[in-house]
Amino acid sequence: MKHIISVLVENKFGTLNRVATMFSARGFNLASISIGETEDPEISRMTIVTFADDQIINQVIKQLNRLVDTIKVTDLTKQPHVERELLLMTLKLSKTQQHEIFELINVFKGKVVDIKQKSITIEVIGSPDKINTTIDIFKPYGIKELARSGAVAIHRGE
Amino acid sequence: MHSSSQTLNGSEIFFECLRRENVEYIFGYPGGSLLKVYETLYDVKDIKHILVRHEQGATHMAEGYARATGKPGVVLVTSGPGATNTVTGIANAYMDSSPMVVFTGQVPSSLIGNDAFQEADIVGITRSITKHNFLVKDVKELAITIRKAFFLATNGRPGPVLIDMPKDILNASGAFHWPETVEIRGFKPTITCHINQVEKAAHKIAKAKRPLLYVGGGVISAEASEELRAFAIQQNIPVTMTLQGLGAFPGNHPLSMGMLGMHGTYWSNQAVNACDVLIAVGARFDDRVTGKIETFAPDAYIIHNDIDPTNVDKNIMVDLPIVGDAKDFLATLLKETPKMVENRDSWLADIQSWREQCPLTYNKEDGALRTEFVIDEVSRQTEGNAVVVTDVGQHQMWTSQYYTFRNPRSIITSGGLGTMGFGLPAAIGAAFGISDRPVVLFCGDGGIMMNIQELVTAVHYKTPIKIFLINNSFLGMVRQWQELFHKEKYSFTDLAESNPDFVKVAEAFNCKALLAETPESAKAAIKEALAYNEGPVLVDFRVMKKDMVFPMVPAGGSITEMLLARLNPKTMV
Repeated sequence: MKHIISVLVENKFGTLNRVATMFSARGFNLASISIGETEDPEISRMTIVTFADDQIINQVIKQLNRLVDTIKVTDLTKQPHVERELLLMTLKLSKTQQHEIFELINVFKGKVVDIKQKSITIEVIGSPDKINTTIDIFKPYGIKELARSGAVAIHRGE
Repeated sequence: MHSSSQTLNGSEIFFECLRRENVEYIFGYPGGSLLKVYETLYDVKDIKHILVRHEQGATHMAEGYARATGKPGVVLVTSGPGATNTVTGIANAYMDSSPMVVFTGQVPSSLIGNDAFQEADIVGITRSITKHNFLVKDVKELAITIRKAFFLATNGRPGPVLIDMPKDILNASGAFHWPETVEIRGFKPTITCHINQVEKAAHKIAKAKRPLLYVGGGVISAEASEELRAFAIQQNIPVTMTLQGLGAFPGNHPLSMGMLGMHGTYWSNQAVNACDVLIAVGARFDDRVTGKIETFAPDAYIIHNDIDPTNVDKNIMVDLPIVGDAKDFLATLLKETPKMVENRDSWLADIQSWREQCPLTYNKEDGALRTEFVIDEVSRQTEGNAVVVTDVGQHQMWTSQYYTFRNPRSIITSGGLGTMGFGLPAAIGAAFGISDRPVVLFCGDGGIMMNIQELVTAVHYKTPIKIFLINNSFLGMVRQWQELFHKEKYSFTDLAESNPDFVKVAEAFNCKALLAETPESAKAAIKEALAYNEGPVLVDFRVMKKDMVFPMVPAGGSITEMLLARLNPKTMV
């Protein structure tokens, strides 16, 4: 089962490496990991997406907690939360398909961030599911390059 | 001692901090990036520096010292190869939860990342084998970092912590400020057990007809042996121990069952199989203990106390997890458990009958010298009161079976990592920490060669360790597996042709050495060695080459399915 884990960590060099090393050393799955500073510059928030059964996920959470640079670990999976991912994607642009591509960008509420004679770069924000669908739909038009940010997630406010 | 807030250089701050941490010994080796530290050390009189001959030796000595005393062991080595040589020792301390602080020199900050001479990314290398590690980036951070390192190494589940100190930091001047308290927001180990959970445990135990205590090294590091003894005796509960737990409960007490697991006693494993409540304290259900997980303690309600929550539900799913310090757990349990509700005589009688069915035994009739005899004899002559250090292999398992450990902190052995070469330096380290009990080392002829250079250290410091070399001219444990499971292909385990004359080797190191080839001469040599305290003494015991350790659970098997003897290896019980 998919789990989204939010981890507050000390904003120090090597912290990301400690977490990644722990995942690989323990043989845990690591689907995506993203990290950025929080409102407190001494603390970063990491969002980890992993696939694991209940026993393993308990170990994952405990092992994360065991790292000295970890301040707080929350499994957001079963709590109200918002999850978003950013997709940047460059597509081939041909006169004949131009119209269809622009329509699809609208459907996915995407934005054009760069356009050239033969290519167009777009951004799409959404849940990882939506990003997967976006990629599937655009594939036939010719994806030249793409980059995904990995998911970030946060509790829904009260 | 310098007062707080004085301006000192990094090296002076380093020693000032060690003073405040009450460090007695540093196990170290100088080098380029540590020149300033050794310059300062030249005039330091209150902290003793022990010069090793290889940095791996320093780490094992520090661990031996730590395990014998309970105090953190301190290692000081230079950058690059000095640092990478500590990796095995750090990994060993991590697996066996020994408190240790390792200081490594590093190339100057400005050169880090440039592939400088003697540069290695030791912080990166040791991340997965330390509890935590640090690179000091500013001399102002040095004192607080050292304070944190000792705090981390000794609190919660003990373990090794590494501090990497670039050369420029050790030369730089800064105001010395010793923080009296230390606060690490990401490190808050649970010490006090949840009272409701302990009450629940007490309730279960009081009603248990066939309870069993399964205790590990956590009881020893928590200094909880008194509480364990009181509880086991009050409740009349038999105690089986892991390799690291030996000595937590006196081995000569009728409730002691010795070790469980792969080379454990037959009656311990049968008791695990038959018990209705299993109380695991400071133990981690290692694969060498459990054998096949599916058949481990099938009828038991399992209570598991451990200070490290990651140990709970890791290998075995338990019924009642109790995170906290073993001393707190056992003390509370002692208070909360009603006295002797259940009569356990028939349970203890069952155990007695298993004991009689398959006792620990070896051939005493043919006049040959055997490891079991040597260990048995050392146990007798030291009355179970020595600090016993082992290396890894057959002699280690025989030590668990034939040495009757009476006190905690009496066995110092590489359990988790299984590091050959651990024994000799660990014994030296232990002897620096302990002066009122003999320090005895059992070591194989394979393992001793892996850190033989430390014999110089023992001789130089006149360390009175008794090196009992169990010399069967084989890598015995590997040979045993080859005989049993690998078609008797003794691939690269026969050392007879290549082994040196160990008596001559010892003498070349200026170490007293004796040879024993018969049970009678062994007895006399042990006596002579135990009486000799001018320095180290080595006894080369020429034991039977092809003896095997029994009983034995084949890897992956259920712990009740033990091989009991070689004659018919297919005998399953």
